[in-house]
Amino acid sequence: MTVNAIDITTKNRPMWLDRAVIIVLALMAGVAILVTVGIVFSLVFEAYLFFEKVSVTDFLFGLEWSPQTAIRADQVGSTGSFGVLPLINGTLLISAIAMAVATPLGLASAVYLSEYASKRARSWIKPALEILAGIPTVVYGFFAALTLAPIIRMTGGKLGLEVASESALAAGIVMGIMIVPLISSLSDDVINAVPQSLRDASFGLGATRSETIRKVVLPAALPGISGSLLLATSRAIGETMIVLMAAGMAAKLSLNPLDAVTTITVQIVALLTGDQEFDSAKTLSAFALGLFLFIITLGINVLALGIVRKYQEQYD
Amino acid sequence: MIDFGKNAGFDLKGRHRAEARFQWMGKIAIAISLFFLAAMVFTIARDASGIIKQTQIQLQLDLTDATGIAQNNKHPSYGKAVKAALRAQFPKVKKRKDKKRLYGFASPEAGFEIARMIDESPEILGRITKVWVTASDGLDLYLRGKVDMDLPERQRRVSDAERDWIATLQEQGHLRRVFNWGFLTNGDSREPEVAGILSALVGTAYSLAVCFAFAFPVGIGAAIYLEEFAPKSRLSDLIEVNINNLAAVPSIVFGLLGLSMFLGVFGMPRSSPLVGGLVLALMTLPTMIIAARAALRSVPPSFKEGALALGASPVQAVFHHVFPVAMPGMLTGSIVGMAQALGETAPLLMIGMVAFIVDIPTSILEPATALPVQIFLWADSPERAFTEKTAAAIIVLLVFLVSMNLIAILLRRKLETRF
Repeated sequence: MTVNAIDITTKNRPMWLDRAVIIVLALMAGVAILVTVGIVFSLVFEAYLFFEKVSVTDFLFGLEWSPQTAIRADQVGSTGSFGVLPLINGTLLISAIAMAVATPLGLASAVYLSEYASKRARSWIKPALEILAGIPTVVYGFFAALTLAPIIRMTGGKLGLEVASESALAAGIVMGIMIVPLISSLSDDVINAVPQSLRDASFGLGATRSETIRKVVLPAALPGISGSLLLATSRAIGETMIVLMAAGMAAKLSLNPLDAVTTITVQIVALLTGDQEFDSAKTLSAFALGLFLFIITLGINVLALGIVRKYQEQYD
Repeated sequence: MIDFGKNAGFDLKGRHRAEARFQWMGKIAIAISLFFLAAMVFTIARDASGIIKQTQIQLQLDLTDATGIAQNNKHPSYGKAVKAALRAQFPKVKKRKDKKRLYGFASPEAGFEIARMIDESPEILGRITKVWVTASDGLDLYLRGKVDMDLPERQRRVSDAERDWIATLQEQGHLRRVFNWGFLTNGDSREPEVAGILSALVGTAYSLAVCFAFAFPVGIGAAIYLEEFAPKSRLSDLIEVNINNLAAVPSIVFGLLGLSMFLGVFGMPRSSPLVGGLVLALMTLPTMIIAARAALRSVPPSFKEGALALGASPVQAVFHHVFPVAMPGMLTGSIVGMAQALGETAPLLMIGMVAFIVDIPTSILEPATALPVQIFLWADSPERAFTEKTAAAIIVLLVFLVSMNLIAILLRRKLETRF
């Protein structure tokens, strides 16, 4: 019987089949790399075509963004101006508002959930916050544009302030709420990873809970928390639907949250939807913006993941 | 030396107050977030509730000499008969302008509705029949009290004359409100009263099917390779870092990839669910791989070791003993990934799934749109009636999302074995 069994296995197990299976699996894993290569290749290629028409310095340091001016070829300014700075200004303004909303809310939630909440409270508050992360961004955009923006405009009007109908504030606040669960769940993990012995030592010296958290736990968790904040920032910079629906199209240099500003992502969508001619500077500029966005978010992500990983090793 | 504040140890009451304040800050933060969630769901549900029912208007339709229309037209419309019926109901209305207002009671699509009725029961042709057709959005809003009648007449959407006609119609029982099936069974339309989400739903279903067909097998294959077979090399490290980074790439960048690769290089049909599904698949792939790897890791190594000890090859051990046990976990992970794909909008805008789609797409190669994109398009329309449609479409989207997540949770409870 034993002999028999060995016969069966050797017969049924041609080595080449095993190898073929492993190769197929490896190819599937390679798809992930292929996607990255595809992204980099297509963005770089189309952006290269764009930079043949518009110089890199004009793009990076130009103060004016108006790609729509090319009506007649002989017109003055018919080439359009492709200065990315107003878009960066708008992107950063809205992201800053979002982070100003999300950081205190997310961190305070994380601290409460990990240090104070009972097991039962935690078991329903955490999933409830996660719902916010699961809601599609187009829904946030709808809420920002049709509910929050009019409220802000009305309140601003009563206070005598001039508020644009598509203010950066509405988009930023709603985006901030969207990011809260990202910050709170990442920070929650980080705070939980702080060894209990640090807390016990602090309690032993007579500190209260809040003193322990503020003076011991949070400083110990700071690298990880800053990693989570960086990831959240990158998410805010790359967010499209909320700003597309609530932030408007006007490219201008302004730090006033009540102004209408536009972002990189909004302009990418605006340039590529509707009628488009391939290899016009206008269409290609969307890829240059995409490459810019990709590099920025990738840089932030690599930095954030590096910080988080290094920190995790510290207490393992 | 840690500084606990200048009053440490002395002002015990103050420190306890600070403690309470600190706790309250956490509670308030959570309350604010959850309040936002509640406010959002509430306002959207309130807007959506307006379209649960829809107004219909009853017409005494004279189709005695309308037999020729169906033969001469590919898409026959009985708009003339509708107008004639409305005129007949108010014989006193003579002025051209007033007649135009009167015609505005029925939806501009009513003529086509009658054509569909004739398709179903041809016997009404050549006769005088009473039929219910969809009323216009203006009439519907008025009946629901959404038109401000306190404004001076010139600024109102409903004039005094129209108000009186509506009152007459109501008295005679020619108006009714019925459940709005059309919202779920119609395609998109320029007329809010007949616009529905079916074309978008079908487009979403096709896209998600393509997405699943690609991302699920590839995701699982990649996960099995990385978890079970990959040698510890720089290459597998690279793949690992790469997957983590891909998960955080903005979704719009995937749209750019789809635009330049799938449409530009491979020449796939623009606006089609095929391209949309592939872009969503590339986007969800990292989520799928990460979830599948977690599922594989939860299988105790003894399963594999036992199989290997009995003479199975590594491939046999993995596919016969590890994979079946990890399968439920992989499935639940993939459902979460699909839920993410369901709500995604931006990349679909890039590859042109923003078209105005009236007909229900019948294959993955036809132009289509998706539910979240439909929401985006409707949200842009200025009419109040479209705002309500948008809210209702959002509710449908959220219902799908919630049920997918519930299924994932239930599957996990039922199928997943803990070791």
